[in-house]
Amino acid sequence: MAKIITMTSGKGGVGKTTSSAAVGTGLALRGFKTCIIDFDVGLRNLDLIMGCERRVVFDFINVINGEARLNQALIKDKRVENLYILPTSQTRDKDALTLEGVGKILDELKKEFDYIICDSPAGIEKGALMALYWADHAIVVTNPEVSSVRDSDRILGVIQAKSRRAEQGLEPVQEHLLVTRYDVERVEKGEMLKVDDVLEILAIPLLGIIPESPAVLKASNVGMPVVLDDKSNAGQAYADAVGRFLGEKIEHRFIKPEKKGLLDRLLRRTA
Amino acid sequence: MNLLDIFKRSKPPTIAAQAKERLQIVLAHERSDRNSPDFLPALQQELLAVIKKYVSVDEDKVAVKLERESGCSMLEVNVELPSPAARAAAAAAAAAKGKPAPAN
Repeated sequence: MAKIITMTSGKGGVGKTTSSAAVGTGLALRGFKTCIIDFDVGLRNLDLIMGCERRVVFDFINVINGEARLNQALIKDKRVENLYILPTSQTRDKDALTLEGVGKILDELKKEFDYIICDSPAGIEKGALMALYWADHAIVVTNPEVSSVRDSDRILGVIQAKSRRAEQGLEPVQEHLLVTRYDVERVEKGEMLKVDDVLEILAIPLLGIIPESPAVLKASNVGMPVVLDDKSNAGQAYADAVGRFLGEKIEHRFIKPEKKGLLDRLLRRTA
Repeated sequence: MNLLDIFKRSKPPTIAAQAKERLQIVLAHERSDRNSPDFLPALQQELLAVIKKYVSVDEDKVAVKLERESGCSMLEVNVELPSPAARAAAAAAAAAKGKPAPAN
């Protein structure tokens, strides 16, 4: 049975699209047929992060309006088997989305795919509601920073009140916490919230901790999901998170600073 | 754990600890408010209506404020009553219109 995963956060700029691209690609690498949908109508960016921006002809909104067929709008990834992207419109706005229109397309996708990832826009307005309404799972992307944690709490409240599962009294949306831009050095200095603090406050299961890493910007510059950079710690952390999503027991990595030699310590302290 | 950690323990709360505490306080309130309607505007209007029965006050001179702390919330209502001179003027104006002066 196909599952719908919504990548959401409330706050903007915390890494929803990066995480959608990475988790979606990670699921496809594991052999699951996966489609990632960009719900940020008017601010299309998933295509850039996935490196397929020059192949967009039709989009999600065209399909909703019956101007194109789903298969015409889906873009097949050139690197990873089983991976498809459904870009959104750059010229329309959120009002082009309707619950019924989105629901119809998701139903159609569910026949063909194992996982459908909805890359939500920031905010708690229409676009975000459309992205979370049909969700089976919600991955809440949070930075260890006060405004991001607060907004994550807010969006969790919205999921618990306004999703289809909540409205129809079904089994609730499964929530997962993905902490991104985690800087162990700053955590160690007491400058940044620890992942345990964020967990204690939000109280939902932890899917992964993605370390602050130059690999993320490098990957987005060239249009490659960072999970494909398997040498980078961020790429490995995303791959781990995908494994955990699939039910594997994988210990969290990159949560302690790298061990430094005595010489390093002395040099740092006197520098 | 190394020897240096022993000395770290005695430090004052870190910035991160302050962030956590602030978040816990604000979220405790936001979560409890989530299911209750925002009653402050209605409360302000009704209070004003009651006060107006006895004193003529300006709409802008009533301030309803909710102050939140970790243990409790405090509802603060400030009503600025008109000065005696202004009250007399209002009474005169009302009398001129043939209405009874507002009771003090």
